[in-house]
Amino acid sequence: MRAGGGGRLSAFLFRRPRLRLWLLLGLPLAWLVVVYLGSLVVLLFAAFWDTDSFTGQVIHTFTLENFQEIGETPVYRDVASRTIQMAAMVTVADVVLAFPIAYYMARVASPRTRNLLVIAVLMPLWANYLVKAYSWRTILSEGGIVNWTLDPLGLGFDGFSTAGLWLTFTYLWLPFMILPIYAGLERIPDSLLEASADLGGRSLATFRKVILPLAFPAVVAGSIFTFCLTLGDYIAPGLITSEQFVGTVIYNIRGQALPTAAAFAFVPIVVVIAYLLVARRLRAFESL
Amino acid sequence: MVESRLTRVLLQLGTGLTLAFIYLPLLVIGLYAFNRNVTQKWPIEQYSLKWFSVAWENEAVRDALKLSVLAALGATAIALVLGTLASLAVARYSFFGREVITFAVILPIALPGIVTGLALQATIVDILGPLGFSFGLSTIIVGHATFCVVVVYNNVIARQRRLLGSLEEASADLGADTWQTFRYVTFPQLRTALLAGGLLSFALSFDEVVVTIFTSGSEETLPIWIFATLSRPAQLPIVNVVALFVIVASVIPVYFAQRLAGGAGLRRRPAPLLQARP
Repeated sequence: MRAGGGGRLSAFLFRRPRLRLWLLLGLPLAWLVVVYLGSLVVLLFAAFWDTDSFTGQVIHTFTLENFQEIGETPVYRDVASRTIQMAAMVTVADVVLAFPIAYYMARVASPRTRNLLVIAVLMPLWANYLVKAYSWRTILSEGGIVNWTLDPLGLGFDGFSTAGLWLTFTYLWLPFMILPIYAGLERIPDSLLEASADLGGRSLATFRKVILPLAFPAVVAGSIFTFCLTLGDYIAPGLITSEQFVGTVIYNIRGQALPTAAAFAFVPIVVVIAYLLVARRLRAFESL
Repeated sequence: MVESRLTRVLLQLGTGLTLAFIYLPLLVIGLYAFNRNVTQKWPIEQYSLKWFSVAWENEAVRDALKLSVLAALGATAIALVLGTLASLAVARYSFFGREVITFAVILPIALPGIVTGLALQATIVDILGPLGFSFGLSTIIVGHATFCVVVVYNNVIARQRRLLGSLEEASADLGADTWQTFRYVTFPQLRTALLAGGLLSFALSFDEVVVTIFTSGSEETLPIWIFATLSRPAQLPIVNVVALFVIVASVIPVYFAQRLAGGAGLRRRPAPLLQARP
């Protein structure tokens, strides 16, 4: 055995597991606490700062005015409720679209096809999100594919609308819903389905009473992505529609009124944390 | 349960439609990159390769590409170190606050990007500004590394759950010290997971725009360049080419990460989102 300095050091460390733990943990912990949590604390403080109404300069004195302004101005409330509705609608659409393909992957396809499908769903997930949103802008535009298809039927579709944004969001987060549902369905043991059939359960009854309840946590796990990602997004709404959402408002006012923007950022933070807590209750984290 | 013939056909139909939906926009961007006209009208009347050379000769695009690659390399390097260290600690030790670490690693991608972005911007302006720091490559890297850590962490920790602790014990019994055990036993087993995590982290950083807008100041990464140029209709043909390039550039590392992290035949559990493969 080597008996150099390295050997002595490692023997020294071997006897001190606590020290080894801190050597491993120190750097990542410091980074997360200082860079990330530190920044969040700065943002938290910024929400309580005052803005000089005359010059627009941020004054570092404590005030609750920003929160008051957001609570009392109808526009902010409308924007918040519109965004939450959008997030809910996107989630529903994604569940509907994701379930058949996830079910097919998990329970019908051969192992080979299944692997191909997993990759087929996973690759677009990693393709640039901005590019995908931009592609939808092209598709939904006046001279785009959607209107080109509808034109012979004498129909038109205003793509740059809430409906167009709904379609875009549904597209953007769809793989995030497919993969957890697929994982959840794959985990259901065949024996349960056989038992249901033996007990006289028809396909539909088995689906409703066995598959759906068992797959539900996975659906909630997927919804964490579809719901939370919609809530804070500002790029897709900015590209598709002139309608304002929480993300676009924060993005637009951050230049003139950082404290108000910071205070408004608490809306998605609070909603996301509440959603995560409910999801944990519904055992969704195990399916993540 | 054996699905009836009708159910199977319907499921196949649904699967086909969803796949078509997933790939349509990517296909559209791919086609528009070859559009000769400046106007983005469907159907495309004339195809040409003209805009590829125009894009390649565009100074701003080249600079942005360079910055994107540098930022992705920097963020990946930091994420590899931090993610591996954190995962080694969480996988091998039980300690007070272990759950908190898991949560803290995931938080940067769980909270909306705009919150992370705004928080980092406020910190750079208010705290780092007075200290003489300003927006640039370093702030972009810091922002990216913060949410790239989770990708490396997830890949490495998933691999460690499959490793046999007995191998390391055997190594120690045979007289290897801690460092030798890591170098000759642990590391070779983690190598492909690290590579996969690194590739995914590179792809994540290379594509990032939501947080980068807040941390880049006047510097432009490739996605930021796209975002800024979308409002100039005359430049859209170049954007289309760059968009196609960006898609291909991020999908290739992901494909390799998939294959690396797999390990033939080992696969039973389906892939969680942030891992190349279980």
